Parts: sequence; C-alpha cells; structure tokens
Amino acid sequence: MKKIAKIVIAGEGGQGVQSIADILAEAGNEEGLEALYIPNFGIEQRGGVSVAFVQIADNLIGSPKFEKGDVVVALSDRAVNRVKCHVGMNTTFIYDNSLIEVTEAQPTEDIEKSENEEECMPVEKKDQPVVLPERVGKVIAVPATAIAKKDLHPRVFNVVILGAVVEAARVVSDKSIKNAIENKLGKKFDKNPELRELNFKALQMGIDAVKEALVRS
Amino acid sequence: MERAIKEEKRVFMTGNEVVAWGALAAEADIMYGYPITPQNEIMHYWTRLAPKHGKKFLQTEDELSAGFTTIGGVLAGRRAFTATAGPGNVLLQEPVTMAEMMRLPMVVCIQQRGGPSTATVIYSQQEVNLTTYGGNGESLRIVYSTANHQELYDYTIKSFNVAWRYRFPTFILGDGYQAKMREPLVMYNPREKGVEMVPPESFVGNKGSFGIDREPVHLRNAFSMEEELYEVVMEHIDDYNRITPQIVEYVSLGCEDADLVIVSHGIVSRAAVAAQEMLRREGYRIGYFRPITLRPFPVKALRKVCKSTPRFLVVESAYGQLARLVKDALFGLEAKMDEIFMPGLGITSEKIVGHVKKKSELKV
Amino acid sequence: MSVSGTSMPKSWNLKTKPHKFCPGCGHGLVLKVLGQAIDELEIQEKTVFGCDIGCSLLAWDFFNVDSVQTHHGRTTPVITGIVRANPSLIGIAYMGDGGGYAIGSQHLVNAANRNDKIFVLLVNNTNYGMTGGQMAPTTLPGQVTETSPYGRDIEETGAPTLGPEMVAAITSETAYVARGTVSNMRQMKSFIKKALKNVVNGSGFSFVEVLATCPTNWRTNARDTWKFLEKDMAKYFKVGELKTLPTKRED
Repeated sequence: MKKIAKIVIAGEGGQGVQSIADILAEAGNEEGLEALYIPNFGIEQRGGVSVAFVQIADNLIGSPKFEKGDVVVALSDRAVNRVKCHVGMNTTFIYDNSLIEVTEAQPTEDIEKSENEEECMPVEKKDQPVVLPERVGKVIAVPATAIAKKDLHPRVFNVVILGAVVEAARVVSDKSIKNAIENKLGKKFDKNPELRELNFKALQMGIDAVKEALVRS
Repeated sequence: MERAIKEEKRVFMTGNEVVAWGALAAEADIMYGYPITPQNEIMHYWTRLAPKHGKKFLQTEDELSAGFTTIGGVLAGRRAFTATAGPGNVLLQEPVTMAEMMRLPMVVCIQQRGGPSTATVIYSQQEVNLTTYGGNGESLRIVYSTANHQELYDYTIKSFNVAWRYRFPTFILGDGYQAKMREPLVMYNPREKGVEMVPPESFVGNKGSFGIDREPVHLRNAFSMEEELYEVVMEHIDDYNRITPQIVEYVSLGCEDADLVIVSHGIVSRAAVAAQEMLRREGYRIGYFRPITLRPFPVKALRKVCKSTPRFLVVESAYGQLARLVKDALFGLEAKMDEIFMPGLGITSEKIVGHVKKKSELKV
Repeated sequence: MSVSGTSMPKSWNLKTKPHKFCPGCGHGLVLKVLGQAIDELEIQEKTVFGCDIGCSLLAWDFFNVDSVQTHHGRTTPVITGIVRANPSLIGIAYMGDGGGYAIGSQHLVNAANRNDKIFVLLVNNTNYGMTGGQMAPTTLPGQVTETSPYGRDIEETGAPTLGPEMVAAITSETAYVARGTVSNMRQMKSFIKKALKNVVNGSGFSFVEVLATCPTNWRTNARDTWKFLEKDMAKYFKVGELKTLPTKRED
C-alpha cells in the first residue's frame, strides 16, 4: 500500500460528498497517518457543486488544496466539469455512470489547454456537455446509484462511492475505514443495527465494483 | 468542574475547534464574539465547552462590542478573547488600539477570509496589513501566523501567556482553510508540559480598601498634551523593542547555500516547504524562510539570510502584504525579489515549483 | 430649582478638584449627585466607573473609584465586559448624548435588550460639547448649532432622540429607566440611587438620562441657560420615571 493519496470528491449538495470525505480522512488518522480534509465552502449554503479535498500521507501534508488528484470522483454532470482540472495523467477518475450521461468525447481546445494549464481555476458553466477527462490514468464507472437502489437503499449510495475510493486509492485498510464509519455513525447504528450491516455492505459493493473494473481493464 | 485536558491525546478536528480547545487549555475565562464566517465554529465549540468548565461567553452586537467587551473582561482580570475575520477585523481594530495604548492583554484569533469588502467567506492572507499595522498609532501588537493545527493549538496557548506577560494585544492569525480543515494534532495540558501559565491580574475591582491596602485606579487613553502622549507612546515603543528579541519566531531551512530563498507565512508555508523539498531533490539550491511572528517581524534573521542569499521569492495569498514586511526588513540591503501573489486563492507546491523552474533561470 | 448641600461627596477625588468642566456646565451637578449616591449606597470600593469621549471624558479621574476612560460610544461595551467577567462589580457607564444615541447607539440598544446588569448614565445637553457644539441626536428643532447653523430642520435631520422612551420600550420588566434634570437635583438623586440599587441587586439594566446645561456652546447667559433647560428642553423631553422597580424591591 503506498502511503500518499490525494483525493477529490465532488457532487451535488445532499449526496453526502462531505461526509464520506470526512470518514476517509478520519480513517487515515486512525492508521496514525497524516490526514487532511477540507471542504469547499462559500456564501451559499446550498446550490453549488460540493467539493471535498482529502490527503492522506505518511509525512507532513502540504497545502490543503492541490492541483492533480490520485483519485478524482464526480457524482453529477456539473461535478464532472468542475473537477476536470484536478485530473492528470496519473489520476484514477471515478464517476457514477448510473447518474451521469456522458457526451461522446471529442478532443476540444479545453482539454488541450488543461494539460498546459498552470492554474486550476474551475469555472461552472451552464449547459456544458458532460465530457469525461481525456488525459487521465484510468476511468472507472461505478453505477453506485443503481447498486444502492437495487440491492441496498438509495441513502447509502455515497458509501458505495466511499468503497470505490478506498479500493482505488488503496491508502487505508478496510478495517480503519470501518472504524471511521463506526465513529461517525455509531450512535445511529446502536439504535438500528441493520444500518451497520447496510453501510458495510455498501462499502464492500463499492470496493468490489472497482476491483472488478480493474480486473476487466 | 471538569478539567479541560487531562492527558496528551491525538485528535482529529477542524482548526476552529482547535482554537476553542486551545483557549480552554490556556485557561481562558471568557469569550466575547460576533458571528462571521469562517470563525463561527470557534464560538460554537466554546459555547458547548464553556459551561462544563465554568467559563463564560457573551454574543455581542458587533465586533466593536466584541473587542471592547473583551477589553472589559481583561480589565476585570480575566483571560478574555475574541475571534473574527474580514470586515469584523476592520471593526476590531478600534478596540485593539485601546488595548495597545492601555497595555491590555487582549487575545484575538483572526481567521482570514477574502477581501476587500465582503469578498469571500473562504480564505486569504489579505488581513496581514490590518492585523500587523491596522490601528491608528504604532500598532504595537504581537501577531503569530500559524501553519497547521498543532501550531494553532500551541500558539493559542502561547498567545495568552505572552499577552499577559508583556501586556500587548496578541493575535493568532489563521485563515479560512485552517479554520475549516481537519487534521490531526496532539492536545495536552500546558501545565503538565511545564509551560509557565502567566496569571492574569485585575486592573479594576481589586479586593481591599482605599487608603489601607489599595488606591483607586484611573485608567485613560486620552491625553491633553503632545508631550504627555509622546512620553507614554515612547515608553510603550521602548518596551516593545526591548521584548522583540524574546518574541520573534521564524523558520529558516537550507538558506546557507541557497541560490534562492522562498519566503511565505501561515498556511502557504506548507506548500513552500513541500516545494523547497521537491526542488532540492531535483538539485536546485533553494532555501526557505518563514516568519512565525509577523509583528514583531524577524528582521535580523531575514537580513542575515539576505547576506548569504540576496534573492527571494515571496509567496502569499495576497497582493504583496507579506512582501511589504519583507522589503521593509531588508531596507538598505541589495536584494532581488520575485513574487507569487494570489490574493484570496490557495497556493500549491506545484505552483511554486513550476514558477521556480520556469521563471527563475536557476541552474541545477 | 433645588440645590442640595455644598459639601463634597466622599467618593470624589479631591486632588482633581476644582474640576475641568466649563462654568455653568451640567456635568458637575450630575457627577455630584452620582458621588452622593455612591456614598450613600456604600459601593465606592466595588464600583467601576467608565467614561466616554466627549465632555464626559473629563470625568476620568473625577472619583475615588476605579475608573476607565474608553472610546467614543464604547463605554457601554467596556463596562458590560467588566461586569460579565466579574459580576460582583458595580459598573457605571457615563456618556453624553452623542456617545449614547449616535456612535454608540447599537451598544446601548443591545445592552438594554440583553438586560446587562449595568448602569448607563447619559447626559443630554443637546449638542456635541467637546468638539465645539455640533448638532447631536438630541438637538431641538430649530436649534442653532455649528452643523445646523440655520437651525435644526427635522424634515432633513430627524427629530430629537427620545432615549429613555426607546430604552423603556426594549427593556425587560426588571430594568429601571428614568429622565432627570439638573434643575431638580433631589429628584435626579432619587433616580440615580434607584438605578444604582437595581444594579447592586443584580436585577437589571438601569438607564438614566439627565437634561443638562451647556452655556458655552449654547452661547447663553445664566438666565437664558436655565430658560432653555427648563422651558425648551422640557417641552420635548419629559422628566420622570419611565420604568420603575417593582415595589417590593424598592425601599
């Protein structure tokens, strides 16, 4: 397991982006690693794309935000365009293909530019076609929404994504991530033990989805 | 009453939470505050912790009031503090000048946000001018610029002790990133670590009887004659200059053989240190200098660096506010100065590395 | 007009007497009554007296009580901060109409609304005295000042602020609110004593406005000074108690 990971997770408000980022960082901390989680936040409490930056490393972490991520996750159409600038040649890009409809990729000026671009200054434009990043390490489609709806409960869709990130980043163990989930949701689990099982199942399905995808590729 | 922090423990929390715990560990008695992002959670955590430990809180009508009530708390002999940001920091400058003139050890945490005006609630390093030199007068204050949660905790505790020892208003200068991000740190009880906790003293309302064991005090900040003011201010300036060597703090890394020294403060230092390491690994001779106290500024130390490396790259999330302090410190010396100024934007190590490689024309 | 005895209150700081207020100024009279009230309630050693900027600043060393001179408008929060941190102290915030009703009005309103256990004593002489007689929130309609040289036009600058009425409207039942005048010292003293008692008891916010003279800036002789105070000012500012203590706490 390599001991450095930079992770970006982006989606719509209410998708639980910030809570899984928080759990992920806490799992890093559980392992005694340096971990840093920072949400993006603005004047609007609702409405914008919600982005979370997580870094887990075995020594001191630099700036809280960064340019290229090792794992970059997009959970909505807008989120794909919002985080594209964080995708580089070594990035594993994960998106929910049961939620996001992708337009056929065409090499555009934008993509050309993003390679040479120095600064990551994401701008949200309306009615932008959703084009997956081109210059990227790997692209993994995880139908998290469909998985959650079909086999679990729509509410744990973000935990499926968390599992996918854990498997793609391979920087924290399954055990620490479970501990971190327990820390965060323990009280709810105590009231309703079925929830624990549901969440851990969702986590595992996310892990398996990425494993499968990597095998196939 | 519950003891705030018993033994050392590693925790994982946001910077605002760290400041509240730091104030608790510093045995602060009362916080006065007014809501403004990104410092709100300092109040949120303090109001949750305070009653369990016999501490108090007052939510005021604005930052003028937050500052002046903090002064009241200090006058009453309590470790009192407030926290604010941006436009709130502007309002706070008025009470801070009163604390400066009357040598009242008020402690303030600033979590810098974007400026000017309302700007963003997110992040910047644009409150350096204001925090170091914002008042009418000479701005005799102590400003610690922190870079991580451990420092946020350590310097919150230190601020109370330094303020009460030297009687100058003291700032912890953080920013929105530090306020909102979570990372690990070790919390401890400063007394168990052997940190000397400077006891607060009452300025007014002391016990005793007039004419027997005390006299009434008359405190003022207004003077009718120029000479009177001059004498008072010069005394404060002399005190400030005398304690400066004990107060200044900085970090200097690999400056001895450097071709270029990166200068930054606060959270940008994290990117700067990472950039320096990356560039060193690639064979560039890069040094790194970080003032921890922005006021007083580590003038001597920076001038010493300049003698061996008269070439600097100042990096800050503001348009030259740190650079001005640097230039002022280096006055009279020959030095070249390059800059990365990104007001209100975070700066990454990649950005600094790219800049050095492309623009500095340094040889490996 | 009634004037009480001439002896100096015990709580006065004799070293600073005679005081620095202009001849005929109302401040001296208010501070005399305040001194007597402090004496009679025997609270000299646990009182903290805060004074504002403006002519009230001249009172910074007026008493033999712990005193702090603050900034313009900011005496209310300083005294609030002291008493919040150490509730065993009796906090008095002394200010003029500009400090209380203009630059520091937000502090007055909010301290009153929070029912902070402090005594705010405000001297209303219808102008900014120390800065040379500008229009104040309390300047009377038609009154000539340096910034209303043709007389205050209330269409343009508003009508005189009714401070005690405002404070009475926003305070809780445990507050004490009154308006006195330097032309009735006995009454003023009873108001100030009640206000202080309310704070000593820890029951609530206390506010007394005192109508006072400023012959220097009014540019009036002795007779016109008293006429302005007793006739013109009294027309707008009704003297009396606006919020009294529940009878059981009065003695």
